[in-house]
Amino acid sequence: MHNRNIWFWLFLTPVILGLGLVVVVPFIYGFIFSFTDWNGITATKFVGLQHYINLFQEDEFMASIWFTVKFAIITVIILNIMGLGLALLVTRNIKTNNLLRTVFFMPNLIGGLILGFIWQFIFVSVFNDIGMLIGMESLQGWLSTTRTGFWGLVILTAWQMAGYIMIIYIAYLENIPKDLIEAAKIDGANSFQRFKSITFPLVAPAFTVSMFLTLSMAFKIYDQNLSLTNGGPFNSTQMVAMEIVRTAFSDQQMAFAQAKAVIFFLIVAVIALTQVYYNKKREVEM
Amino acid sequence: MKKNTEKRNLLSIEVLGVILGLIWIAPFYLMIVNAFKTKREIFSGVLGLPESLNFDNFVQAFIDLEFLKSLFNSVLITGLSIVVIILFSSMAGYALARNKSKLSGVLFLIFVAAMLIPFQSVMIPLVSIFGQVNMLNAAGLIFMYLGFGCSLSIFLYHGAMTGVSKTMDEAAIIDGANRFQLFWYIIFPLLKPISVTVGILNTIWIWNDYLLPSLVLNEANATIPLKMFFFFGQYTKQWHLALAGLTIAIIPVIIGYFFAQKQIIKGVSEGAVK
Repeated sequence: MHNRNIWFWLFLTPVILGLGLVVVVPFIYGFIFSFTDWNGITATKFVGLQHYINLFQEDEFMASIWFTVKFAIITVIILNIMGLGLALLVTRNIKTNNLLRTVFFMPNLIGGLILGFIWQFIFVSVFNDIGMLIGMESLQGWLSTTRTGFWGLVILTAWQMAGYIMIIYIAYLENIPKDLIEAAKIDGANSFQRFKSITFPLVAPAFTVSMFLTLSMAFKIYDQNLSLTNGGPFNSTQMVAMEIVRTAFSDQQMAFAQAKAVIFFLIVAVIALTQVYYNKKREVEM
Repeated sequence: MKKNTEKRNLLSIEVLGVILGLIWIAPFYLMIVNAFKTKREIFSGVLGLPESLNFDNFVQAFIDLEFLKSLFNSVLITGLSIVVIILFSSMAGYALARNKSKLSGVLFLIFVAAMLIPFQSVMIPLVSIFGQVNMLNAAGLIFMYLGFGCSLSIFLYHGAMTGVSKTMDEAAIIDGANRFQLFWYIIFPLLKPISVTVGILNTIWIWNDYLLPSLVLNEANATIPLKMFFFFGQYTKQWHLALAGLTIAIIPVIIGYFFAQKQIIKGVSEGAVK
């Protein structure tokens, strides 16, 4: 019996080693060391919940959490509206629909770091020049304030990710039976009525999928944050992911950073699990 | 009459689409146009066309980015990681799907649950552990990509296995094949469409990854995003060179996208919807 299962373990060994040594062991190790004075190499004493108490009292960390939450809420709303809008546009019978899909999706293939640098140029130089040209002062000095930094990040993320969300909505839109739409047309439903009563209810599950993706993506953003604003001015546009990296590798406070990382995991996990829970509930209803 | 309004509607949608598409590629257009300008030309205005098609910026960016070297590093690390992920995840997905025991159910759950863990939550101990065994190098990085990439990949392969009939296995075993032959000659070729999806999703992520290589690699072995970060720091105040560097850095992606756009969009939609 055991002999027959040797192949099973042989097939699994590489991935068990990979996941184990890269994710599971560091995860447990990090959790344990977040209760000590660990400096990245050794720990000399157990400090209990001290880091966890401190992090809730640290303005910089709490500010990064609120900034991230606000960013996540706004981007989820914008991305879903844009994603669905673009999907509706390119699933119409227009000549350029394939070309447009390619164009809208393109930013996703280029890394967040590079996109952030490109948009830094757009906001700082191009916006400035356009602002001077048309006399709109609000276009000048982008990324130099917290507010413009925030909206800069939102615009960059929306531009980058909308094409991805579009692809998800397209997949659901294309599954809507054509005769359903035809029947509604014959019955005299106008395009708004068709959207409201047929299209929208049938693409609703896509919203669940894309909300999960956009939420977890928004919480984990790092590269774009680094290259677009670098957290500035005065760390006011620093998101949680960047805050943790800085605490660890600039401030060299490993155990404290790890405690922040544990809290970060809890936030992401709660969001994801809530999402899965609602997803399952919906499936039962159908 | 009705046909005509429909046609007119479609035309206005087409126009709207084209305008949106132009807005979408405007950042790339502005990047390329300004990459041809001198420092002085950029200073006097970013909206106009360059005075001449001058490739000096590109030449200098190409040299300073050590572009061929960073391209080689990126291709090597991404390529090997993808091979390792596809090979080992497909084997694992097959084994977990065919062995219907409680244990394999638990293992599958662990692999899927690991997707919940954000990178920052394991980053510090990971660097510490791999540093202590001297594995902060390209080989260690590829192994890390296997660890981070196998969850989603196993999930996708496991799902695809439900479409592969068990009679395949039985017939091959009767013919005297062992499990490795059976997997390699019969199952793996049948999984090819999902291998393409797994390959595309992991390539997009690994090719563009910045944070992990920045913690693992030194500048001599830098991938394109990592090298780009150093390069940009060097030319923060010189947009003409910085933009030329950015343009060079995205050329390989645009070429790849040009040749494989259908598979890429299909792969991404399959990965996202499942």
